[in-house]
Amino acid sequence: MELNGADIVVQCLKEEGVEYIFGYPGGAVLHLYDALFKQEDVKHILVRHEQGATHAADGYARVTGKPGVVLVTSGPGATNAVTGIATAFMDSIPMVVISGQVATPFIGSDAFQEVDMVGITRPCVKHNFLIKDVNDIAETIKKAFYVATTGRPGPVVIDIPKDVNDPNIEIPYKYPKRVNMRSYNPAVKGHKGQIKKAVDLILNAKRPIIYSGGGVVIGGASEELVELTRMLKFPLTNTLMGLGAYPATDEQNLGMLGMHGTYEANMAMHGCDVLIAIGSRFDDRITGKLSEFCPTAKIVHIDVDPSSISKNVQVDVPIVGQVKPVLEDMIAMIKEIQPKASKSALDSWWSQIEEWRKVDCLKYDRESNEIKPQYVIEQLYEVTKGDAYISSDVGQHQMWAAQYYKFDKPRRWANSGGLGTMGFGLPAAIGIKLAHPDADVACITGEASIQMCIQELSTALQYKTPIKIVNLNNRYMGMVRQWQEFSYESRYSHSYMDAIPDFVKLAESYGHVGIRIENPEDVRPALEEAFKMQDRTVFLDFLTDRTENVYPMIESGKAHNNMRLAPGTLTDRELA
Amino acid sequence: MRHIISILIENEAGALSRVAGLFSARGYNIESLTVAPTEDSTLSRMTLVTRGNDQIIEQIKKQLNKLIDVVKLIDMAENSHIEREMMMIKVRVDNGASREEVKRLTDIFRGNILDVTNSTYAIEITGDSKKLDAFVETLNEDEIIEVVRSGPTGICRGEKGLRL
Repeated sequence: MELNGADIVVQCLKEEGVEYIFGYPGGAVLHLYDALFKQEDVKHILVRHEQGATHAADGYARVTGKPGVVLVTSGPGATNAVTGIATAFMDSIPMVVISGQVATPFIGSDAFQEVDMVGITRPCVKHNFLIKDVNDIAETIKKAFYVATTGRPGPVVIDIPKDVNDPNIEIPYKYPKRVNMRSYNPAVKGHKGQIKKAVDLILNAKRPIIYSGGGVVIGGASEELVELTRMLKFPLTNTLMGLGAYPATDEQNLGMLGMHGTYEANMAMHGCDVLIAIGSRFDDRITGKLSEFCPTAKIVHIDVDPSSISKNVQVDVPIVGQVKPVLEDMIAMIKEIQPKASKSALDSWWSQIEEWRKVDCLKYDRESNEIKPQYVIEQLYEVTKGDAYISSDVGQHQMWAAQYYKFDKPRRWANSGGLGTMGFGLPAAIGIKLAHPDADVACITGEASIQMCIQELSTALQYKTPIKIVNLNNRYMGMVRQWQEFSYESRYSHSYMDAIPDFVKLAESYGHVGIRIENPEDVRPALEEAFKMQDRTVFLDFLTDRTENVYPMIESGKAHNNMRLAPGTLTDRELA
Repeated sequence: MRHIISILIENEAGALSRVAGLFSARGYNIESLTVAPTEDSTLSRMTLVTRGNDQIIEQIKKQLNKLIDVVKLIDMAENSHIEREMMMIKVRVDNGASREEVKRLTDIFRGNILDVTNSTYAIEITGDSKKLDAFVETLNEDEIIEVVRSGPTGICRGEKGLRL
């Protein structure tokens, strides 16, 4: 088969089973867009801004596990995509971004719409390529998908100069069946000896806790995590990225840990004697003060990325490998040993945890005349029966979503955990809805975040992706205001906007339904009404209590046992 | 502690910038970096000198290994090895006494004089970095016109080595 460069690119995407490509055309990718026009297998989703393309592809990838695919033009198209690429990089999301580049003879000449995309993205991609020869296209794309989806996944950029796609140059085409990269051999199985050491430590633990992260979701190891945790009867805490990997409604789950984690999860972290970290990377929002992190614990750490191990916290038993096969081996080993669990030690640990639970750290004022943001999330949870796909933006609403929407399944929760990218939620929700057209999809956001990618409302109409936008509108950049209240004597420097749009009218002008909700009693009916409109995107603008803060909070630089609780909440010592 | 890390890396455009970028992005110290193709034209060999405690060096090695273009690396500090750096140094020698003295020093350091004019010598010295430092220290500062150092390279002793 003889094909030109542009047709080869599209043909390679078909071979990779790409369903959707999110993009925006421009001069340097016109040959590619012409090739897309001639076929129907790879469906193109035209966004309104390239950042939206990357987030939509990212949302698609997070809920399907398949790589998100993006096509942008050179120069500003490429730079606009960078925020979304960095977002995917921080959260280890598989993504392939094809960017146009000026023709090879113009590279380096400061040509129109030229940027050094390979240079700009180098620090925020897993790998990137510049294709200089049409004969290299197929192999490079094969490599890009392979690198993006294996090991610790991540975004890969392929920069293609316009002349490489010249429609007049045809070459024989064959898609390689496999890739061979001598320099890239990601770990799969864990070292048996290390797993044995971990098992010995685990079986002798008196105050254990499992700390599981996004790697369990990405690695498809949720079942194994549940099996191991139930078998051991250990308490477990999830990171923000790991929500859903272990059912939130299960008794053994202590909830999220870290800066806005639950009292019981953070206290258990501080008091544990064995910490089993699974697919989690000891992020600073998790660890708090490093010198007082899990001060009495021996630490086991399972991670596919060796550089995550002992990066922030020195661990005692590192296991490099994919979470799933490592947990399988671990489970098999424990079954073989048939341990006589020292029940009494574990019982007293659990009774301590129950004391911490009694603090009821997530309680809030349910009698308020104002809409409490926590209440909106709880009602959303009930109306969707806990079975919706949720995307979120970044800020207070994100933390409330994480705390009050109880995810029982993996790949239901898409948020920018690592980079903290405002503007992620709406385009991500569009990508999710395309992946799961029959499921309920909600974007939990705030009036500041939503405005960062609001233009994608137009994309949602064009591609009929009916999502529900839950806007917790407190007329503040809530998380910034909260930090200013706690640390800057309530000097609210530029954390509010004087001119917030009428979101109802805005939604309507984009062809959607807008509903404003101002009273607590209207919250539930509005949500029910919105989810009944299955074929419409509905913008729910909840005017919430302006002064509500996210609790508990470990302020930066403090340890797990030094949490700020909601006013009026008593610690376990005070309760006793 | 000072470490010499030798890296076999794919001989591709941008490979050097990935290594250099890693050091600046993560705030690692880099003292010197040399790179040249090997007998296998698809591979380059890079030698870099860095400093840090064990934990930092461990991270540097892991992060380098994580780069897709890096095929293999070795930390010379973990092995018995030979280190060599080449220096070319131009010195002002405009009277008989200083010409004699510098010539004698060059012989002591087993260096070669590569270029001679009526007022300068260009001298080549090879050795480990400390030897080159020592040679520079023997000269008067105002005699030195120019110093060019290659940065250290290294090779393991015996059977051990860095190869595919």
